[in-house]
Amino acid sequence: MKPRTLFEKIWDDHVIHEEPGKPSLLYIDLHLVHEVTSPQAFEGLRLAGRRVRRPDLTFATMDHNVPTADRFNVTDPISRQQMETLKANCEEFGVPLADLNSPDQGIVHVIGPELGLTLPGKTIVCGDSHTSTHGAFGALAFGIGTSEVEHVLATQCLQQHKPKTLEVRVNGKLPFGVSAKDLILAIIAKFGTDFATGYVIEYTGEAIRSLTMEERMTVCNMSIEAGARAGLIAPDETTFAYLKGRRYAPQGEDFLAAVEKWKQLATDPGAVYDRTVEIDASEIAPQVTWGTSPGMGTAVTGVVPDPDSFPTASEQKAARDALAYMDLKPGTPITEIKIDRVFIGSCTNGRIEDLRRAAQVAKGRKVAPHVHAMVVPGSQAVKERAEQEGLHKIFLEAGFEWRDSGCSMCLAMNPDVLQPGERCASTSNRNFEGRQGRGGRTHLVSPEMAAAAAIAGRFVDVREWYKEAKEEVYQ
Amino acid sequence: MKPFVTHTGIAAPLNRVNVDTDAIIPKQFLKRIERTGFGQFLFYEWRFTPEGQPIESFVLNQPKYAGSTILLARNNFGCGSSREHAPWALDDYGFRAIIAPSFADIFYNNCFKNGILPIKLSEEQVDELFTRAETYDRYELTIDLQAKTVRDAHGLSYSFEVDDYRRYCLLNGLDDIGITLQLEEKIAAYEAQRR
Repeated sequence: MKPRTLFEKIWDDHVIHEEPGKPSLLYIDLHLVHEVTSPQAFEGLRLAGRRVRRPDLTFATMDHNVPTADRFNVTDPISRQQMETLKANCEEFGVPLADLNSPDQGIVHVIGPELGLTLPGKTIVCGDSHTSTHGAFGALAFGIGTSEVEHVLATQCLQQHKPKTLEVRVNGKLPFGVSAKDLILAIIAKFGTDFATGYVIEYTGEAIRSLTMEERMTVCNMSIEAGARAGLIAPDETTFAYLKGRRYAPQGEDFLAAVEKWKQLATDPGAVYDRTVEIDASEIAPQVTWGTSPGMGTAVTGVVPDPDSFPTASEQKAARDALAYMDLKPGTPITEIKIDRVFIGSCTNGRIEDLRRAAQVAKGRKVAPHVHAMVVPGSQAVKERAEQEGLHKIFLEAGFEWRDSGCSMCLAMNPDVLQPGERCASTSNRNFEGRQGRGGRTHLVSPEMAAAAAIAGRFVDVREWYKEAKEEVYQ
Repeated sequence: MKPFVTHTGIAAPLNRVNVDTDAIIPKQFLKRIERTGFGQFLFYEWRFTPEGQPIESFVLNQPKYAGSTILLARNNFGCGSSREHAPWALDDYGFRAIIAPSFADIFYNNCFKNGILPIKLSEEQVDELFTRAETYDRYELTIDLQAKTVRDAHGLSYSFEVDDYRRYCLLNGLDDIGITLQLEEKIAAYEAQRR
């Protein structure tokens, strides 16, 4: 048999019907649903007199609109209506829902893996572009529009044109103090925000293999910021150890049998990708974005670039527009950029390991007086775990706000919004104009860099702090 | 879905790369539970001041582009969030087609589900259309999906490529779910075999 890539194996296993010149019909194993991109889809079903074909393969939660302080008091009537609509739709169509009362509630891409719904070899979709997160488990997971949400609800299938495959090979090891977030930001800065358009990425290489599951999720999460709808990592012992005992994962003997199957998913030796790019992890430093596109980033040791230094006229214009919006001058060292707000959370960096690393930086320190900083756990389970470990106390003592779970200021649909002109160090995934609030200025960073920025009141190279901590230990 | 066969309309040039779906329809307007009524919020933060007054310099607020139905755009148009509210807003505002050198995948796909035709032309061709749209007053283009051409009244004619099946569905306004449900037996057989 011809050697196949991880992607090709999952694809082949889910194609129900193929005809020349037409998209393939792909079976969907898991459909995650949230309140923003589903109401019109359920309405479509109602109008056509259709049912949800497989409520047992569908799982809903509310995350985008959810207030993270005083969560049951939804003051925005339209937000409240959207959440109530989801609840009513789930009841009407028999779809399981983790609502605000549920201990399982959280950001859809945090709870899927946490509950063991996300498994290797599955096809997973959600009306949300960061569905790519689940690819960390070796699942083919991608975001869809609301028309496709309706299509999956009605048929449990999706018409899909087969994407091409792109290997992103990450050689070497990430240096001390450099995180998975820095890695994916560096990949996007190096290759651009559309280099993977039309492709499914598979991340390979030594640096990827040594990442934890949560770090892999951070990398796969931002595949969409490189243009790829999906980003995969082959499942291995790290994956299996994470999944063992999760509620919806196979249990006991079934788990062992599943692991044997999952081991077959890895790309075969000799399989060919349509394209391969490489990056050396050992050369990456902590990253900070300076512009209004996730690819506009640089090392914390760098400076704000001169728009004239870009090769094409359209890139020069984009950089000039970005610097005008961000109110930054070319040549300014990144570490001289002062910030007003800090947001630690989101489906990119709202998991327990993210909070642990941020807490490690915050421990025994104080948030700068002019900075308003908040920590928003990715799920209620992450929140509970963090509180068991005492992380909330570290954050609260340092002067961070400690919130309930939700998407929060990643996209600011709830009351967590930047004011015009405010500058934010954010662990989220998009620094688009107005993303965190009209006129708000977003710099994307890792959780540890965000925590350090909160304390210093400006960007700092968090590696210096780790060094100091080491020296103190030795003295 | 409404079919798209031919369309003639005024072309408005939006001169920015990487226009994301947050810019097309900002999140504060995603809370509606209907598919309609999003046009008033299209490009909201570029179109209106925080007080809700039109920003005159923005392309869609300029009299020469009033009533435009074809949007000229730059690379990677529609990147970011998967929100279908973006094509709903473009459609509701009156746009029937978008011409750009490249589109983000999810957005590109969402357009076809809503009767909007996204057309990929080369950067040079898009440059030429930008120049003409800025030079001529109320510059019109005619798009023929059957012939796969974009033409103007001054002799310009470009061919474009589009997937045959997507073209067929758009020409006929076909509903995907109806097509898929014709394969019900195959779906049921697949489910049975996996149980």
